[in-house]
Amino acid sequence: MYAESIEIQNKSGLHARPATTFIKAAQKFKSDITIEKDSKQANAKSIVSLLSLGASKGSIVKITATGEDEIQAINTLIELIKSKFGEE
Amino acid sequence: MIYNGIIGSGGIAIGRAYILKKETVTINKDFIDDNRLNEELNQVDEAVELTKAQIARIKERASEDFSAEEVAIFEAHLMILEDPELINGIKELIINEKLHSSNAAAKVIENFMGMFSNIEDEYLKERAADIRDVGDRLINNLLGVTFCDIGNFDTDVIIVANDLTPSDTALMDKKHVKGFATDIGGRTSHTAIMARSLEIPAVLGLGNISAKVRNDELIIVDGTGGIVIVDPDENTLSEYHQKIEKYDNYKNELKSVSALPSVTLDGKHIDIAANIGGPSDVGAVTEYGADGVGLYRTEFLYMDRDRLPDEDEQFEAYKAVAEKLKEKPVIIRTLDIGGDKKLSYLPMQEEMNPFLGFRAIRLCLEMRNMFKTQLKAILRASIYNNIFIMYPMISSLDEVIEANKVLEEAKSELRAKGIGFDEEIKCGVMIEIPSAAISADILITEVDFFSIGTNDLCQYTLAVDRMNEKISNLYQPFHPAVLRLIKNVIDQSHKAGKFTGMCGELAGDPTATLLLLGMGLDEFSMSASSMLMVKKIVRSVSFEEAKNIAEHALKLKTSTQIREYCEMALKKLKIDINQEDGKCTPKV
Repeated sequence: MYAESIEIQNKSGLHARPATTFIKAAQKFKSDITIEKDSKQANAKSIVSLLSLGASKGSIVKITATGEDEIQAINTLIELIKSKFGEE
Repeated sequence: MIYNGIIGSGGIAIGRAYILKKETVTINKDFIDDNRLNEELNQVDEAVELTKAQIARIKERASEDFSAEEVAIFEAHLMILEDPELINGIKELIINEKLHSSNAAAKVIENFMGMFSNIEDEYLKERAADIRDVGDRLINNLLGVTFCDIGNFDTDVIIVANDLTPSDTALMDKKHVKGFATDIGGRTSHTAIMARSLEIPAVLGLGNISAKVRNDELIIVDGTGGIVIVDPDENTLSEYHQKIEKYDNYKNELKSVSALPSVTLDGKHIDIAANIGGPSDVGAVTEYGADGVGLYRTEFLYMDRDRLPDEDEQFEAYKAVAEKLKEKPVIIRTLDIGGDKKLSYLPMQEEMNPFLGFRAIRLCLEMRNMFKTQLKAILRASIYNNIFIMYPMISSLDEVIEANKVLEEAKSELRAKGIGFDEEIKCGVMIEIPSAAISADILITEVDFFSIGTNDLCQYTLAVDRMNEKISNLYQPFHPAVLRLIKNVIDQSHKAGKFTGMCGELAGDPTATLLLLGMGLDEFSMSASSMLMVKKIVRSVSFEEAKNIAEHALKLKTSTQIREYCEMALKKLKIDINQEDGKCTPKV
């Protein structure tokens, strides 16, 4: 198991297009991946689950991956959040 | 019986009602035996695959008739179907609770909907509707129920329903469906947008019409008047048959003229273009034979939502228009808000004089990031090589220079990312403030074209609030001062070898056509319904004659004299602009 926490920095948060981008990136990995906010947990490969988390700009989220490619998964997803999905 | 509703899409249709009822399916609530477990799980996989295939087919059909924006709805549907929580959730309920697959699916979907139901967020509300649409389809497939089919009719019908989902509309038999009448929905609902792109008359928000009308009952959908008449009497019916005939005559005449070029008798070509608010208006524009889009108002992209549209979303909207207009020019006006146009998510201070206040380019130059995002989206869409950029509310050269700086930043950011755009893109300004009109010779040094916004130019020049009915007699676009400003703008652009268009109401006023043509206006941009008459006038006069008319008109001293003289000139050409027989310019 490998985990890392990060602050959501893009304007619209994990919502709309960034949410879709995030899900698609997560689905490329074999590991089980969860994303947690305020002790609410969501499946990082499920669009419905992720949207219901309501992770807006400024939220701190913890991403946890379990599986053979867990480190790579976390690094990729953290980088994606850092890139602000091309938003402000 | 007359029902009042909301206009979804104009036009009139008479036909037999087809009541579209969503079948209330019976979900099997029995528990399953252990030996059926595998069969039940396989059924889930099969139903998901079948549903995916159906949606992919709908998406394909939709892409023939609808824009990218509408097709994207079905991509969201596919994404929901591929959600692991959906499939695994259903399977877990089957395994752990021994539920029948349809029951398990219904529970998971209910649970999904519940996650979004109390959230005040337009985006999530739409996703909830998507989940409902996909969920119903999946459950029907699990039960082996055929999804109600409006894809094939033998005769013409009018669909009466509680509501229509995007998949209903996409799969519909477009040859035989002549109109829509629905219980719910408004002007901006999916149904309205799709009805307008298909040019099918639609009246929405009719309360409970789907429960009141019977199958095969004769009904009239008057999408222009916003009413539905059920079981009309003989008189009403013949009245409406006449209305349809007039409308068809008008459409036919329209079609015959719309294909002809906008040239004067002596061969001078004029661009007759349309003002639009978004991709959904393009259908009418091409049908009316427009030479391009003279004003693309981008405000609508920013309205009725809770946050700014991002670059991709804007790019899609600009691209959709540029693509459909092919090689014809599209002038995109950058964001013009403030004043009377406010955005809920962008708090602005109350102002004493909003029309003289913080709006349009003034606001964009303050909120540079928002402005740059829009410019980047426009630039990206410019790969079709027919896009022009236009800044609104320019009062001085400083603003042009400043706006161009932001444009250069946008360009270099795109270059750095290796994203292509039209390096030769033309950039112009709207002339709607007297200072801009007077200093047109200065402004033209930094821009490629002008477009005159007569509504504001008139109110600023004459100091007349155009919303104030008490002084509406003073609002005179034919005022000599307004015309002199217009003349100066056109002349200065021509001196520099550039062009001037007009996108205010005066451009679509047939009384002004001869005058403006004679003053040398290069492009007239107006709402689609005015284009036929203006084109007819342009085609019935020589440019030389129009010049004489304009020269004489500009020597007159009052607005009344000028207007009367213009009306006289039209009469001499035997053009009657007040025809009321539905032949020329009825309100469409």
